[in-house]
Amino acid sequence: MHIVACVKQTPKSDNVKIDPQTGCLIRSGAASDINPFDEYALEEAVTLKEQLGGTVSVITMGPPQAEAVLKDSIARGADAAYQLGDMAFAGSDTWSTSYALSKGIEKIAAQNPVDLVICGKQTNDSDTGHIGPQISAWLGWPNAAFVKKVVKAGEKSVVVERLTEDGTDVLEIPYPCVLSVVKEINKPRVKSPKGRILAKRAQVTKWTADDVGADKSKLGIKNCPTNVVKSFVPKREVCAVTVEGANGKEKAAKLVELLKENKYI
Amino acid sequence: MNDWKNVWILAEVNHGKLSPTAYELLNAGRKLADDLGEKLCAVLLGSGVEKFAAELFEYGADIVYVCDDAHLANYVDDVYAKTLAAMIAQYKPNKFLLPATNMGRSLSAKTAVFAGTGLTADATEVLINKEDGQLHATRPTFGGNLMATITCKRTRPEMCSLRPMSYEKAVRVPGRQGEVIRFAFDAEKYTSLAKFIEFIKNEGDGLDLSEAEIIVAGGRGLGKPEGFALLKKLADRLGGAVAASRAPVDNGWIDYRYQIGLTGRTVKPKVYIACGISGQIQHMAGMSGADVIVAVNKDPQAPIMKVANYAVQGDLYEVIPAMLEALH
Repeated sequence: MHIVACVKQTPKSDNVKIDPQTGCLIRSGAASDINPFDEYALEEAVTLKEQLGGTVSVITMGPPQAEAVLKDSIARGADAAYQLGDMAFAGSDTWSTSYALSKGIEKIAAQNPVDLVICGKQTNDSDTGHIGPQISAWLGWPNAAFVKKVVKAGEKSVVVERLTEDGTDVLEIPYPCVLSVVKEINKPRVKSPKGRILAKRAQVTKWTADDVGADKSKLGIKNCPTNVVKSFVPKREVCAVTVEGANGKEKAAKLVELLKENKYI
Repeated sequence: MNDWKNVWILAEVNHGKLSPTAYELLNAGRKLADDLGEKLCAVLLGSGVEKFAAELFEYGADIVYVCDDAHLANYVDDVYAKTLAAMIAQYKPNKFLLPATNMGRSLSAKTAVFAGTGLTADATEVLINKEDGQLHATRPTFGGNLMATITCKRTRPEMCSLRPMSYEKAVRVPGRQGEVIRFAFDAEKYTSLAKFIEFIKNEGDGLDLSEAEIIVAGGRGLGKPEGFALLKKLADRLGGAVAASRAPVDNGWIDYRYQIGLTGRTVKPKVYIACGISGQIQHMAGMSGADVIVAVNKDPQAPIMKVANYAVQGDLYEVIPAMLEALH
């Protein structure tokens, strides 16, 4: 079994600061880490490897410092790490990013056929959830998103439960395929001491756009189909009323009165 | 690009039921179509779905494209995305709005690659730019800390998934008519290797969160799983539903499907009563659209107390039972 987990280095979500004047993200001093949703993807890949045997590869696209999340992934149980780094990738939207990742996965698969690609549900910086389904579209592989449970990973296919608004879908998907997973799927482990040592020694394979045979006319801020034209800090209107009262009971009665008066309940 | 015309919306159907997002998309799409002087078209994919066309006309659609086939009875990504991409290639829509539901997020992403066009995720506002007629889709990023307006200049359709409940439902005009255009399903082409096995419905333990007008949500401040029983009492009394922030879900007090926020679901009830929830930005991302926010919290400095319309400082184990009493 060869599983590829896709990971991204993102700013820690509790540490995001926005310049109120420019509306831009203040990156200097902002701690970065593995996208929290990707921890579930990696954990699921490592768990499946432990059950079935095989290899977990991790891939990321990002600037040189993004190597840190690959080493971090090794410490959490991945075996091999690949980084797509090239100025040609800079500013790519999800359409272009998923294309680049699909080319990287094709190259990994040429060396050792890939059965399963696992992505997090979304990232905590862009929140799109596009990458998993779009990688599968570029590769021509079947996929499922919002996967909350791997019921059975067999020889030739995987049976998964997918979260919907009104229940659960059960699907059987043959390899190779792409899954995007939600946090309900597992509880990510912490890095082991042995993992930390392996991470220090790990070699990250670095590829450019040319290395993976990517068509540069599909990459980067100038060629990707969508662009950000404006960004701004949302205004929050606050009209807080502090509900007064001598104790909880009085406040509760006052609250019910206010809600009824305004016909909210 | 001039031969790409009309505004499309995907009218999602789940297990024989039209998703409420269809009415919201018709409202958002109607304005875009009017601004462009083009038609508003709804797309129905599924099995036995043509019957919904009449309703879609009454809520504003001029044309309803229907692909009605037994192969589409359940949602399988490739089958739906290939069908949709073929419809796009044949009819050439200018703009295409889909719901940012679980299905819509996944389907829109795959379809955008098959159709070779750009997609904006989870927008909360869509406008036509007067100068060039392009779609300006505005969406929250960084968990709602930053808004970004996104365009898709060179390819058509400009695709966008729209966050559920970011628009009101369209107004119904009884008897309003339109044109049905049937698109034939091609079982040879619109295939997937994935097999749909079964759908398991959520047990009936109350209202669906996405449709609840009143939500009583609990956070870390509940302190124990039993706290939700108390919240359920209040929710039942008010005809609402129970939800949670992330902490109780992580602690195993309540199922993940009740989680509101960036990692969970987005809701837009009339009244959102946050009990023992501090109000991290990730939680706010899922509920800030509520008409009225009530916060019950011991800590007057908790962020939720600053965005709440009604802030009650106190112990929820004292306040909630007293509310139940006051409601009698």
